[in-house]
Amino acid sequence: MNLWKKLMCYSRRRSPWLFHMNGGSCNGCDIELVAALSPRYDAEQLGVRLEGSPRHADILCVTGPITHNAVNAIKTVYDQVLGPKAVVAIGSCPATTNVFVESRTLAGPLSKHIPVDVFVPGCPPRPDAIILGVAKAAGIIAERSAGDSPAKPVVMPLSGSACDENCACAKAEEVAK
Amino acid sequence: MNLITALARLLIFPGLLFAVPAAWFFLWVERKAVARMQGRVGPPFMQPVFDFIKLMGKSTPPRIGIGGALMRAWPLIAVSSAAGAVGLLPVLPASGGFQGDLILLLALLELPSICIIAAGFSSGSIFGEIGSAREAVLSVSYNIVFLLAVVSIAASQHTFSLAALAQQSASPLRWLGVLAILICLPAKLHLNPFSLPNAEQEIYSGPITEYAGPELAMWELSHGLEWVAATGLVATLAAPVVATWWAAALIFVALCLGLVLVLSVVAAATARLQIDTTVRFYWQCTLIFAVLAIASALFVRFRA
Repeated sequence: MNLWKKLMCYSRRRSPWLFHMNGGSCNGCDIELVAALSPRYDAEQLGVRLEGSPRHADILCVTGPITHNAVNAIKTVYDQVLGPKAVVAIGSCPATTNVFVESRTLAGPLSKHIPVDVFVPGCPPRPDAIILGVAKAAGIIAERSAGDSPAKPVVMPLSGSACDENCACAKAEEVAK
Repeated sequence: MNLITALARLLIFPGLLFAVPAAWFFLWVERKAVARMQGRVGPPFMQPVFDFIKLMGKSTPPRIGIGGALMRAWPLIAVSSAAGAVGLLPVLPASGGFQGDLILLLALLELPSICIIAAGFSSGSIFGEIGSAREAVLSVSYNIVFLLAVVSIAASQHTFSLAALAQQSASPLRWLGVLAILICLPAKLHLNPFSLPNAEQEIYSGPITEYAGPELAMWELSHGLEWVAATGLVATLAAPVVATWWAAALIFVALCLGLVLVLSVVAAATARLQIDTTVRFYWQCTLIFAVLAIASALFVRFRA
């Protein structure tokens, strides 16, 4: 691997730009995603930026159990995000449709429609778990584009109480390194 | 100015070799200052470089026809004109220059803004078109003040040569002009409270909504170079006259950095104004400064 490739790999880890897509969410996970950028969690330390346009983004963050109305929009936005890209399913809804399972208004779960790379479970997940998931997705982008074997979907562990020795913010730093 | 000094200024100092790292550094200072003002830690030092490299490695959507070719061309024109503007700045004493390079500098400073307007319209996105329309309105508003201020400075000192302006000591009249230029800088750099064209919660990313990958990297770079050129112009006009080249360069960089800090803090402390409030601000409040500056400059000139 030459120097430029190494540099590219490192930069992809350190500069994940997000696009946030709501697939019928109750707004709980959306608030937690915004909280991840707030002064308390400050995801910008990992280079995270919430972008307004899917064209600018590397990581598509989807919340909600994917209603029939949202399916086509999510597919369109997924195609608008340019490669190399990754998808993070935030919360239990996009992973399993959660408490809305077998509802006739739903077309979920998300992985039926677009390939998902990281699942961040929780109802809603903690902001530090979301940051950890995003850092993991950035790592997946870097590995995949460096030509390693295609990464399998990752399910992040449920984060427990804040800041014990398994604290997600400490792990996020490790992943970023 | 012979060919070698011209090339050295364009490519080494204060041109590309200095301006590109300086652009990244100023982008970092801007983000870091905003983060500190919000009580956050902010991005790491190399963040703009990481962003740039990452964007260079992303793919771009297929662009077809003349519209597509134009869309690819606008960011390149913006970067080269902003780099040219930085290269014209007379940072080092006795670095040459020519009569009228102030006018060329103003034209080069204006080109990125025109490119952004054209880019928004040629992208065909509704958000891009709204952003471009806003940028055009904003540009008409602040440019009257900006140009009047620069002309007043040039008229009061009888020259359109940047090197001559930098060599003369600053008069009270010049400070009035510099103040008027300073008021225009947030609008020129799309910062709060005049960040209308790229208002992220309203129209996504404005004119650059449809851009991706290397083209977006070029827009980021051109924004950084605009930072260097615009703050550099003020630093050139405000810097004291120094004979030694390293002191001149040091003062230039320090003044630019101070300006970037002030503008970022103002941007973090203010909210975005509405378009009509912005236009009214420039046409009603700031125009007085510029008219005052140019009237007194002409008065002084005719009396002399």
